[in-house]
Amino acid sequence: MSKVEFNKETGPREVFCGLTSIVWLHRRMPDAFFLVVGSRTCAHLIQSAAGVMIFAEPRFGTAILEEKDLAGLADAHEELDRVVNDLIARRPEIKTLFLVGSCPSEVIKLDLATVAEKLNKRFLGKVRFVNYSGSGIETTFTQGEDGALKALIPLMESSDEEKLLLVGTLANNVEDRFKKIFRNLGISNIESFPPRQSTELPKIGKNTKVLLTQPYLSDTVRDLKHLGCEIISAPFPLGIEGSTEWFLSAAKAFKISELKVHEIISPLINRAKLALESHKEILKGKRLFLLPESQLEISLARFLHNECEMDLIEVGTPYLNKDLMKEEINLLPDNTKIVEGQHVEKQLDRVRESNPDLVVCGMGLANPLEAEGISTKWSIEMVFSPIHGIDQAADLAGLFSKPLRRNQILTSKTLVRQ
Amino acid sequence: MELTLWTYEGPPHVGAMRIASSMKDIHYVLHAPQGDTYADLLFTMIERRGQRPPVTYTTFQARDLGGDTAELVKKNIKESVERFKPKTLLVGESCTAELIQDQPGALAKGMGFDMPIVNLELPAYSKKENWGASETFYQLTRTLLKEKVSSSEKISPLRWKELGRRPKVNILGPSLLGFRCRDDVIEIQRILSEQGIDTNVVAPLGASPDDIERLIDAEINICLYQEIAEASCEWLRRNFGMEFTNTIPIGIKNTIEFINEVHNKLDLPMTNKEELEHKSKLPWYSKSVDSNYLTGKRVFIFGDGTHAIAAAKIAKEELGFEVVGLGTYSREMARQVRATAKELNLVALITNNYLEVEDAMKKAAPELVLGTQMERHSAKRLGIPCSVISTPMHVQDVPARYSPQMGWEGANVIFDDWVHPLMMGLEEHLIDMFKHDFEFVDGHQSHLGHTATKTGDSVNSEDKEDKNSKEGIIWTESGRAELTKVPFFVRGKVKTNTEKYAILRGIPEISDETLYDAKAYFS
Repeated sequence: MSKVEFNKETGPREVFCGLTSIVWLHRRMPDAFFLVVGSRTCAHLIQSAAGVMIFAEPRFGTAILEEKDLAGLADAHEELDRVVNDLIARRPEIKTLFLVGSCPSEVIKLDLATVAEKLNKRFLGKVRFVNYSGSGIETTFTQGEDGALKALIPLMESSDEEKLLLVGTLANNVEDRFKKIFRNLGISNIESFPPRQSTELPKIGKNTKVLLTQPYLSDTVRDLKHLGCEIISAPFPLGIEGSTEWFLSAAKAFKISELKVHEIISPLINRAKLALESHKEILKGKRLFLLPESQLEISLARFLHNECEMDLIEVGTPYLNKDLMKEEINLLPDNTKIVEGQHVEKQLDRVRESNPDLVVCGMGLANPLEAEGISTKWSIEMVFSPIHGIDQAADLAGLFSKPLRRNQILTSKTLVRQ
Repeated sequence: MELTLWTYEGPPHVGAMRIASSMKDIHYVLHAPQGDTYADLLFTMIERRGQRPPVTYTTFQARDLGGDTAELVKKNIKESVERFKPKTLLVGESCTAELIQDQPGALAKGMGFDMPIVNLELPAYSKKENWGASETFYQLTRTLLKEKVSSSEKISPLRWKELGRRPKVNILGPSLLGFRCRDDVIEIQRILSEQGIDTNVVAPLGASPDDIERLIDAEINICLYQEIAEASCEWLRRNFGMEFTNTIPIGIKNTIEFINEVHNKLDLPMTNKEELEHKSKLPWYSKSVDSNYLTGKRVFIFGDGTHAIAAAKIAKEELGFEVVGLGTYSREMARQVRATAKELNLVALITNNYLEVEDAMKKAAPELVLGTQMERHSAKRLGIPCSVISTPMHVQDVPARYSPQMGWEGANVIFDDWVHPLMMGLEEHLIDMFKHDFEFVDGHQSHLGHTATKTGDSVNSEDKEDKNSKEGIIWTESGRAELTKVPFFVRGKVKTNTEKYAILRGIPEISDETLYDAKAYFS
C-alpha cells in the first residue's frame, strides 16, 4: 500500500442520502417501483434532486407519513397496505416493489420487513416485495444502491454453473461493451446484477466469480461472499489503467493468460490514449480537490492523477471501506490525502486556502463555489453518465476538462494565467 | 399516509429556509440528518444563487441516536454562532429530528448567547412549505419587535402628515423561491415611488434583523404575498395598529385598485384612473383587433392562492377569456379561492394531488392552461398550450430578464406569457378563414408541434376505425366525409358535439346534414 495519508472528519455534511440512488435504479430496472416510506421531505428530496418533473409518471413515489401514522404502529401498517393496493391498481405493470425505508421510518422503527413479507403472501405470483433502507441517518448517496442490491440477494436462486457476475449498476451501452470484451477473452457466461429486468435475477453459487463495477457495494459483496461467491479483487474500471487492471484480474480468476488480455484490449487502449490527449492538455498540472459525495472519489482521483496528470490536493469520501478500495489506494500517488467523512465548513476553508483549479462536489455547493471563482464538477453526473471502461476514458476526462475549457472561453484571466 | 408521486409544496422547514436565505445577518441551525441538505440546491441550482443558504445542518446519524443528539445540537449551534456571527439565530428541526424530541430551540436559548434566538416549531407531519415560511416570518417579526409593543403608541396611517415627510410603507412577503418576487418588488417600489410613497423596508427579501426592528417606522404594510406575510401583517396590526393592504397588484384592474387602496389608507389624492391605464400595454393590446381571437377562449387555472385568484380576474376581465376551471394547492387560501370560483360559477378545486388536477383539466377541455410546472406537463400530454403562473419553482421560472408579474410591467409580461403559447391572432384568423384549403387539413403543423399533430392523428384514426360512436350511433358515409373536411384541430370537438346532438334528438345515423344541423344548434 502506498504511503497514503488517512484522515477522518465529523461535522455537518453536504451529501445526498441513499434515497437518491432510486433515480438511477428505476432506470436500470424499468419493471420495478420504488416506494419510499417517509416524510414530505423525502418526497420533496427525490423530486428536487431528480428533477422528477421531467417524468410526469415516474417509477418511484412516496408514502408520506402523517400525524395519524405516528400515533401507533399498527395503524401505519394498515395505511401502507392501502397505499400499496392503490399503487398496484394504478400500475399493474410493476413486477417488483421496493419498500424503501427513510430517516423517519427508521426512527419510528416501522417494520418494513414484516410488511413486505405479508404483502408477498398476498400478491404471490404477481408482485414481489423487498425492503431496504435508504435513510440519511445510515446511508449516503450511492450506498442506497448497496441496500437495494443486498435486499435482492435472498431472492436469487443457487447454481453451481461457472459464471462472471458484474455487480453494480452500469449504463446499458457500457455493459454491452464489457460483455463483448469478456466474450472475446473467452468468458462466455456473464451476467449482471442488478439485471435489466428485476425479475431476471442471476443465479449464484460457489462457481460465481464476482467482479465489482462500483466501489460502494460493501454489504452486497459481503452477502455474496457468504453465499459462496468468489470476489475478484480489482481496482474499478474507470480510466484505461483501472479498466485494464480490472480485465486482468477477471482474466486471472478465469485462468486466461495476460497475453490474451493485452492482445484483445491493446487496440482499445491505443485508441483511448489518443482520445485522452486533448483532455490531458487541459487537465495536466491542474490542482484538484474532491469533496465527498459519490464514493467514486478515490477511483476518480487515481484516474485524474495517473492518466490526466492532475495534482491531488485532497480526496474526500463519505465512507471508506479500505478492504474494497485496497487495489485503488495502491495505485494512488504517495502522500495522497484522503479524508473520510466531512465537516463541510472546515473542508470549504481548506478548499479556499488551497485555491484549486477544479473542485468535484455536490450540487448544493457548485454554484456558490463558482461564484467564488472556483470551477466545479458535480458528483451526480458520475453516477448518471456512462463513464466506465477503456472506451469511455476520454468521456470521463471530458467531464472534468469541460468546466476548465469553459472558463478558458469565458474569462480572459484564465487565458492570461495559462 | 398519502401516496404522492409529485408534490406542490415542500416540508415546512424548507419554508423556514426560504425566509432565512432571503435575509441578511441571519443563521438557521437545522437539526436534521445529512439527506436534508438537498434543500440547499433549491437555492443554489433552481434560484441559481451564488451563495449557500445560511443553514447549518446538525447531520445526526443512526449511531448518534443511542447517545446524546442534544449535545450534537449544542455543538453545532456554538460553532455556527462563532463562525457566522449572526445578528439573529433561527433554530429548528426537520421531520426526523422532530421525532427524537431534542427541542433544539430550547437548548439554544439555554446557551447564554447575547442575540435574539427564534425557536421554530414547525410540525412537519401536518404542515407544509408556505405555512412554514409564514410561521417563520411571523415568529421572527414577533421576536424582534415584541419588546417595543408596550412602549409604542398605535401607528396612524396619517402619521406622515404630522411628521412632515412623504408617507412610508413596508413591502412584506417577497422571498426566495417565490414566483418572480425579485422583479415584483422592483416594480411595486417604482409604482409607489411615482405616487410619492417611500419604501421603508422590504422583507423578508433582502432584509436584516435590524430592518425588521424598523418595520414600525412605516405607516402601513403592503401585504404582497398573503401566503407568507398575512400572519405578520395581522400581528403588526394587532400590536401596533398598522393597517395593511389586501389587494394584490397583479393585472391592470388590481394594480389600479391596489394604488387606490394605498391612497385611501394614507389619505393621498388618487391619480387619474385613465392615466394609469396607459401605463401598461395590456389594455390596448387586449382591445386591438388582433386580439379578437382571444374572445371566450376557455382557460383552466391552477396554482398557489395569490396567483390563481389574480389569474382568474385578469383572464376574465382583461383578456376576455372564459374561465372553465380554477383551483389551488394552498389550503390556507382555500376560502378566498372558493369565493373567486363562485363568482365565476365554478366550484374551486382544492387539492394536493396533481392527478386530480389533470383529470379536472381533461374534463374542462380548455384551450389554454395557466398552472404550475406540473400542469405544464399534464397540458403537454393533452396537447393543450400552457403558461406557468405559479410556484413550485423551476429553473425556467427564474429568468435572466426582468419579468415581474405585478404592476404595469407585470401586466405586459402576463399578456405576452399567456398569449404566446396560443396560436397567435392573425395566424388563427387566417386558419379559420382558409380552413377549407388543402394546407390546413391533416398534417398541418401548428407551433405546438408533434403533440398537437398527434392529437389530430388520433382523432383521425378514430374516424377511420371507429365507425360507430360509443353510444351506438352510426356515422354514414356522407357524415364521415364531411367530418374529414373539418380542420383536424377542431374535428374532435365537432365529432363530440354532433354525437351529443344526435343523442339529444334520437337520431341513429349521422349524415352530412346532421352535422350541419348540429353545428347550427350549438352555434
